[in-house]
Amino acid sequence: MGQAAAFAERPRALGPSIRFENTGQVFQTDEGPLEALRGVNFAMDHHEFVAVLGPSGCGKSTLLRIIAGLIAPTSGRVDVFGKPVTGPRDDIGIVFQAPTLLSWASVEDNVVFPIRHKTGRVGEADRARARDILASVGLEGFSKRMPDELSGGMQQRVGIARALLMDPDILLMDEPFSALDALTREELGFELLKIWEARPKTVLFITHSIAEAVLLADRVLVMSERPGRIIEDLAIDLPRPRGIETTTDNRMHDYAAHLRSLLVKRH
Amino acid sequence: MPPTSAASSSSATEAPPARPVPRDGAVTVLMRVPGALPVLTFATILVVWEFATWVFSIPSYVLPAPSRIATGFDAVSAERWFQHIWSTLRVALLGYGISILVAIPLAVALTRSEFVNRALYPILVVIQSTPIVAVAPIIIVVLGAGDAPRIVITFLIAFFPLVVSTATGMMATPRELIELSASLRAPAYREITQIRLPFAIPYIFAALKISITLAVIGAVVAEFVAADKGLGYFIQFSTSMFRLPEAWAGLSVLVLMSLTLFQSVTLAQRLLFPWSLPKKRR
Repeated sequence: MGQAAAFAERPRALGPSIRFENTGQVFQTDEGPLEALRGVNFAMDHHEFVAVLGPSGCGKSTLLRIIAGLIAPTSGRVDVFGKPVTGPRDDIGIVFQAPTLLSWASVEDNVVFPIRHKTGRVGEADRARARDILASVGLEGFSKRMPDELSGGMQQRVGIARALLMDPDILLMDEPFSALDALTREELGFELLKIWEARPKTVLFITHSIAEAVLLADRVLVMSERPGRIIEDLAIDLPRPRGIETTTDNRMHDYAAHLRSLLVKRH
Repeated sequence: MPPTSAASSSSATEAPPARPVPRDGAVTVLMRVPGALPVLTFATILVVWEFATWVFSIPSYVLPAPSRIATGFDAVSAERWFQHIWSTLRVALLGYGISILVAIPLAVALTRSEFVNRALYPILVVIQSTPIVAVAPIIIVVLGAGDAPRIVITFLIAFFPLVVSTATGMMATPRELIELSASLRAPAYREITQIRLPFAIPYIFAALKISITLAVIGAVVAEFVAADKGLGYFIQFSTSMFRLPEAWAGLSVLVLMSLTLFQSVTLAQRLLFPWSLPKKRR
């Protein structure tokens, strides 16, 4: 199937897949209450790729953990597929900043781990699927390797494969490439786009990198310093599929300059 | 030096090295053969020791020469040696085994439940702070003759590092792995068996190595207080009879036992959990 055809199928008409409505989050810490989010409002379409930019400690990760159902917001509401989030769901995959693989398990065992962990057993079909996914992230033939035999980039590919195992409708990524060198980072970004184009899903991509956000996303949300609010919601109108040639598109630099001015102003 | 200069040198068949290559001196060879250096060090100590006792006429009750210690092995029959060894080994291993069986579930309970943690941790610290050697006579009186009191003493000495280290390892599990578990809504016990405990394996083995030597100490301490067999008993008995070479012979066997047990734990880790070791030591 051509990539253009895949885009034609993007079902924007289904309504938002993720929706924040006046959401706030206050953590009770030993030093007193800490307001991480205040009045966050935004919605994401089905199969939309949204990047979130913001200074360190602005509550980007909190946003992600609320969607994942790992923490409950203290005010406002968050809906996923039209229903309030009450806890973790099966149709959400998470990729963490550090790959956090199980150092005692092979690459393939790491990828099937969610199934083993959830159900207690892993079938041959699951393993076959894991090998397919590993091949799709460029790790064919690495099934039996141990994580510490892989480079940082390869480890994060395993982390992505693990998140994709259950073919989630929503993929949450928490600065997934921030520990990688610039070249590996760009390469993995483009591979992520290919995966997303082949199997469209709603992606929330948290990053520190303005260029990465513009290059990958349909929309970029900019968050303020703590308490985090959305201070900009910028549609990135660059043609897809994107690739290395996108980096030389003048509009990309305009977007980046605009985003940088927002982020720098706040420092 | 350019290799072409070889033509002018006396031996034309041997090309001189382009840069100085370290010669295979005695030191380099020793460094390369595994175990060669410690064996040589140990042999040197024995020779110096033997020589010193002879030159300075050190009486055997102060420091017997290694050759004199070797004759100490003849003092009792091989069968009797094995009885002593088995007696100490049995108590050490049983105490060690019970330590593991108690410590790991206890560590799980301590990390899982704030209630258990607050209720039990202070008691563990009190036990650890109590000099077990001082309690040993009391335990022997309470539990009477036989292996039971000795096993209890061994257990009390060996189990604390295991509890602390296992709990530390479980608590050190990265937050992301715990969140991964939560996001999958997996049963809580699997977070322990599939994430926290495997993660704690390197910590557990660090403690297992400490505890195995502590277990031998525990068994010997117990024998010092009350026993009619065992290496600790043999050392104490020989000393009281002023037969120091025999005591030293008993001590050598004890050290050898301790070393063997320690190496067995190391080997078990290498065979069962190679991933838990730094790469170059697999």
